[in-house]
This record gives sequence, structure tokens and C-alpha cells, in this order.
Amino acid sequence: MQAIKPKDTAMLDETDRRLILTTQEGLPLAPKPYAAVAQELGISAEEVMQRLQRMLNTGIIRRIAAVPNHYQLGYTANAMSVWNVPDESIEKLGKRIGALEFVSHCYRRPRHLPAWPYNLFAMVHATSRDEALEKVAEIARLLGENNRGHDILFSRRILKKTGMRLIS
Amino acid sequence: MQLDQIDRQIINSLQEGFPITEQPYAEVAEQLSLSENELIARLERLLADRVLTRFGPMFQAEKLGGAFTLVAMSVREDDFERVAEIVNSFPEVAHNYEREHHFNMWFVVATDDPKRIDAVLTEIELDSGYSCYNMPKQDEYFVKLKLVV
Repeated sequence: MQAIKPKDTAMLDETDRRLILTTQEGLPLAPKPYAAVAQELGISAEEVMQRLQRMLNTGIIRRIAAVPNHYQLGYTANAMSVWNVPDESIEKLGKRIGALEFVSHCYRRPRHLPAWPYNLFAMVHATSRDEALEKVAEIARLLGENNRGHDILFSRRILKKTGMRLIS
Repeated sequence: MQLDQIDRQIINSLQEGFPITEQPYAEVAEQLSLSENELIARLERLLADRVLTRFGPMFQAEKLGGAFTLVAMSVREDDFERVAEIVNSFPEVAHNYEREHHFNMWFVVATDDPKRIDAVLTEIELDSGYSCYNMPKQDEYFVKLKLVV
């Protein structure tokens, strides 16, 4: 687990927390969305924008953006590809794989030997199973001899999916 | 739902980011040669039809003091539904997927309190009788969900 840096959360005051609670479900679809949020919080639109900008600059907000639904957009083959790569090269290799257009998430995770030798996870999105396999083959080519084994896990069924509330 | 060229442009553009300005929709609409009203109306429709699951700030939960981990289990096929029910019963389990693999159950545990993670995993192991393989993120190389449509 990544260490939680207390200074990151210490930077948030009560108004920031209320701002997060108000916007985590989404931004108002009104011509002046930040003014609408401001009215709800009883502060100025200027202050809402400044606070959002600061959270964006410090990485508390990754970005303000739309999140598409893979399935609705035809990306029905979503595969978790997992790789065993040398620990000493994982950062360099992870960045190259993460930069691929069809890879959405790329993480280093711990191995559990002997049952689980893989330390690099890359989520691949494709419109068909064959296309997903092709993309995984492309990653394998890119890794070359650094690929000491890989596997691909297609999802069969969503057993649970609830929205992750950040603060309650 | 059928997406036309304008819908696709909106989806591609808004995955990249959205400005923090007084009238951001007007700004984005101008770049896409649309009216502000049309952009807002189309966004409403894309969200209502679940083509977009969310539109707004994407918070990085770890920086807010929360903790996440990915957990894998290898569950016997004839025992799968029972174990899925146990795992899903924990409010800390945010997502759970069945995958085609020897490790066939993969779930995400998300909590406000990082200390809860170990407790939840121990409870799941005791209730289910199966081992939890805890695979927390150790590093992140790139996270940008960008589906060109």
C-alpha cells in the first residue's frame, strides 16, 4: 500500500471537504457550473475555482473530465494482462507500457510466489477478444526478453460494482 | 445508443479535461463548433444513457487519506456463489469481478481507514475458508482512461 502522506490531507480544510462532497457525483450541467457549486456552499465562484485549481495542481484532483463507459462504447473485451518483469527495470518498462494508447491502467503490484509470479499489471481495452490478444502480443513484443512470463485474464462477470465514495 | 460524429468529438475532448473558468461549457463548445446549449444537452443525454458514467473532478483517493487494494482469490467453481456473497457483503468491497483464470475472483477493497484493509481481508478469509492474495498498488505508471471513439 502506498504510504498516505499526512501533509496531502492536511492541506484540505473544511471548505475543501465540502467542495469534494458536492462535486464528487459530478459537475452541474449549467452554463456556470462553478458558480452553481459556489451557491450551494455559500462561497464565491472565484473561491471554488481557486480551490479546484489548487487541488488540480497538487494532484488531489487528477483532472476534471468525462469518464466513458467501455461497454457502451463497444470496448467489450477488457483484459487484465499480467507480466513478470525484472524488478530493476520495472519502472522504465511500466512507463513504456502505460503510454500505449490501449492501456488504461498500469501498476506495479507484489508477487506471491510460487502461485503468482507477476509484478506488472496492464489493463487492455479492445472491441473484441482477438483484438485484445493482439494488443497483449504487442506488449510482449515491446518487452522482448524482459518478459519472463505473462498471462491474460478476461472478465467473465461483474459480481459487484458500487460507486466509491471518497469521503462520507 | 447511436453516437454521431459530434457525440464522439465531445467524448474524446472531455476525456482530456475541462477548463476551470467562469463559463467552461461555452469555451469547450466553441472549440467543437457547437453552441453552449447543444453541448450541455448532449452531455445530459450521454450521461442519462450511461455512455458516460461520470463527468466532473476525478479525485485521487490516496491523497484524501483513503486506502485501496486489489485482492485475488482462487475459489472452487462449486463454491463460487457462496464466496461471492460473503465478499460482496462487505461495504468496503467496491468492485468484484469474476475472471477466467485459476485466480477467478478479483475485488477492490476501499476504506477511509487504511488499518481496516487487513481486518477486512482476515474476516473474508475466516468466513470463506479461502486465502486472500493482497496485491496493493506499489507504483503507478500512467493512468489515463482514453478511449478514442
